[in-house]
Amino acid sequence: MQHADKAATFIQNESKTDWHNASIWRAREKRDVAAHGIPEWEHLRELASQIKDNVLSNLDHYLVQFEEAATRNGVQVHWAATAEDHNRIVLGILQKNKLSKVVKSKSMLTEECHLNPFLEANGVEVIDTDLGERIIQLRDERPSHIVAPAIHLKKEEIGELFHEKLGTEKGATDPNYLTEAARQHLRSAFMESHAGLTGVNFAVAETGGVVIVTNEGNSDMGVHLNKVQIHCMGIEKIIPRAQDLGIFVRLLARSAIGQAISIFTSHYHRPKAGGAMHYVIVDNGRSEHLGREDFRNGLKCIRCGACMNTCPVYRRSGGHSYGYTIPGPIGSILTPGKDLKQHSDLPFASTLCGSCSDVCPVKIDIHEQLYKWRQIIAEEGHLNRFKRWSMRLAGKILSSPKAYRRFGRLARWALRVMPSSMVYNRWNDWGKERELPTAPKQSFKEWYQENHPAS
Amino acid sequence: MSKEKILSRIQANKPAARALPDIPAFEFATSDLHAAFTSLAEANASRCLSLTSTDEMANFISVQFPEAKQIASTYSSYKGNVDLQAVTDPSELKQVDVAVIPGQVGVAENAAIWVTEEDCVHRALPVICQHLILVLSKKQLVGNLHEAYQKIQIDQSGYGVFIAGPSKTADIEQSLVIGAQGARSLTIVFID
Amino acid sequence: MKVGLFLPCYVDQFYPQVGIATLELLRQFEVEVSYPMEQTCCGQPMANSGCEKDAIPSYLHFVETFQAFDYIVAPSGSCTYHVRKHFDVIEQSEQVQHVRARTLDISEFLLDVIQIKSLTAKFPHKVGLHQSCHGLRGLRLGQGSERVGTAYSKTEQLLQMVDGLELITLDRKDECCGFGGTFAVSEAAVSAKMGKDRIADHQRNGAEVLTAGDMSCLMHLEGLIRRRRSEIKVMHLVEILNAK
Repeated sequence: MQHADKAATFIQNESKTDWHNASIWRAREKRDVAAHGIPEWEHLRELASQIKDNVLSNLDHYLVQFEEAATRNGVQVHWAATAEDHNRIVLGILQKNKLSKVVKSKSMLTEECHLNPFLEANGVEVIDTDLGERIIQLRDERPSHIVAPAIHLKKEEIGELFHEKLGTEKGATDPNYLTEAARQHLRSAFMESHAGLTGVNFAVAETGGVVIVTNEGNSDMGVHLNKVQIHCMGIEKIIPRAQDLGIFVRLLARSAIGQAISIFTSHYHRPKAGGAMHYVIVDNGRSEHLGREDFRNGLKCIRCGACMNTCPVYRRSGGHSYGYTIPGPIGSILTPGKDLKQHSDLPFASTLCGSCSDVCPVKIDIHEQLYKWRQIIAEEGHLNRFKRWSMRLAGKILSSPKAYRRFGRLARWALRVMPSSMVYNRWNDWGKERELPTAPKQSFKEWYQENHPAS
Repeated sequence: MSKEKILSRIQANKPAARALPDIPAFEFATSDLHAAFTSLAEANASRCLSLTSTDEMANFISVQFPEAKQIASTYSSYKGNVDLQAVTDPSELKQVDVAVIPGQVGVAENAAIWVTEEDCVHRALPVICQHLILVLSKKQLVGNLHEAYQKIQIDQSGYGVFIAGPSKTADIEQSLVIGAQGARSLTIVFID
Repeated sequence: MKVGLFLPCYVDQFYPQVGIATLELLRQFEVEVSYPMEQTCCGQPMANSGCEKDAIPSYLHFVETFQAFDYIVAPSGSCTYHVRKHFDVIEQSEQVQHVRARTLDISEFLLDVIQIKSLTAKFPHKVGLHQSCHGLRGLRLGQGSERVGTAYSKTEQLLQMVDGLELITLDRKDECCGFGGTFAVSEAAVSAKMGKDRIADHQRNGAEVLTAGDMSCLMHLEGLIRRRRSEIKVMHLVEILNAK
């Protein structure tokens, strides 16, 4: 099903749509307050963008530098060309150490690689420990937002779920009560687990360390309470220097939810005494994306979710309508690179209002990339036939003054004389909820000619 | 094998070299770092207090956490009642009611405090305890995060963390709840 | 200085009064303006649908039609933006470069080129300004709410010159109305929902008239308003700037 259909279904529940929109818009408002409190904000964005430009132009070098430093620090580094490689490597580490219970803190990469079902199929129990992720894991759903995975759910739905799965009181919906229940449940999971797995926010080339931010502290709980820690990262997570963290950490939480900094900004460099530490560096299409000149900027993304929060379409259609791990504007420019045909509707799920590009802390030209993907989608024949044909026709009419005039007159005449039942039929998507403009007898052109006979 | 494949694809696909920019010295607008820090900390649901002696600390803990049985301290002038050196499995630390840990640097722009493995004895301590107290001197405050990263060396310890408040979540309908998986409260004690 | 009036195709066909108001407004300031009869469309409808190649004949025709003018002025941030931004796919001859650089939205022309300081317009109504996205974020006619820096808005500046006009404050200063060209049809549900929300913001804050720099936003919003028989009226910015 295409984005438009799923979005239409979502909007059928208008009060829930309004709630979803308002609730996510609050994050955007908080972001504005936080950003406007930093006079050098635009300068920080520019620097972040330039640092990422440098990273992309030097990525092979930085990855090697990172691996060398990490190895010196006693970290075992693994490389995965594909999602399957990644999953196999993680399973291999677990099997080698005879570990069958993993706690995981939020990682969009492992979502992308479908790690959970793979591990489960191989007898490993995986518990997501970010509260939002745990909620959707218990519901057997996918995240609808990269920062707030369960943002599409009302507290009543979560109360019901916790009653069923965690034994909370029936009908209880107080977020404090439900979070406390999750705290008890997750803290015992941390104690009983065998390995801690995390995603990575930043990987510092010069020091070989990884930085992970959370508000809940779940990354640190999972990592510190287990002998084996595994950090999975996409190749684009590299930043060159420790001091670059100053730029990115200042931007990240402010952009995401208007917080000056996440509660925990954890820097992991060496395994704990008696423990083991692994990095899995994953490509899975990223190096190929690097070669797409118009689109490689998408790899600068630091996964703050600000483009989702600001997107008027995302807020009114929900993350699941995008049908991919990373929804919203950033997802819509990354997915066509994965499978152009399957995701050919996503670059069109936007009005090109441009808010995403202006809110992006690393200045990705998101709306311009959406425009460019559209060209490629049409070029490669993935537009529906009617649209393709009508655009070809429009192109002909709109470039010929004579055809344009004739067609305009005809259209206005038709709109005036046709009975409304003919105008507003089931093929007229405009007319489902909107009137068409009233057609004047005279176009401007005709008026001008009448009033300026010389021209 | 994957490594070579990835690196050679990057080499083939990467754009022309772009320079790495220098990071200028961004100044923090407010001169009263302590006031700025405190107001940010309170916004993050932390509590700040200024004490003049460690005796006052003992007093504070007994008043504030009367039920606390296990108090673990790595702060040299305040002794808790948990022998951290004797703990072999960090899971045991879940019994700790209050942990007292010295911080290294406090950041005024976001009320975050840099704490390292060496300050904690066990990496898990600041996150697994029920209530956390971080001790700082006003002299350890800096304006913004750039200054903080200048001051610390992130790879000096195997693990280091900026802690900016009690563990929290807003994953249920965006309602802020303090005390998710980590410590339920954070108190920042300035001793000068 | 010779100015060519450039009207978006749908304005020519459906909103001649907007063209007339633009013409009258420019003539108030003694601008030597004419309307080249051969003009058609800037090509945006095709290009935004991914069919840029089908739009190229329109681009070439546009350049040919307007190359002799010193300035090309349109009551549309969106079409202006399209010319300036997306005519980069044709060969950049001197004429193309000239046309791209000199195509301006009416508010840019009034404030930056002829630098008007006042208007004779009277419009004693409560007005809500919908900041059309391509003008706001494409042409930077104002400081979008996302960006940190000194606030400004060319459209607001012009509206403030109108006697008796009261500009209302919206809850969401510059959210998109949901038109988006073919988006309005291919994503009809989201588009309509966005439009309804935008109208509600204006109504909630007491606007009698909803104005914008782009008639396309207003065509969509007006369609929703008429279907619901709401009280609020839509008018293009130039109609208000030219109000007597």
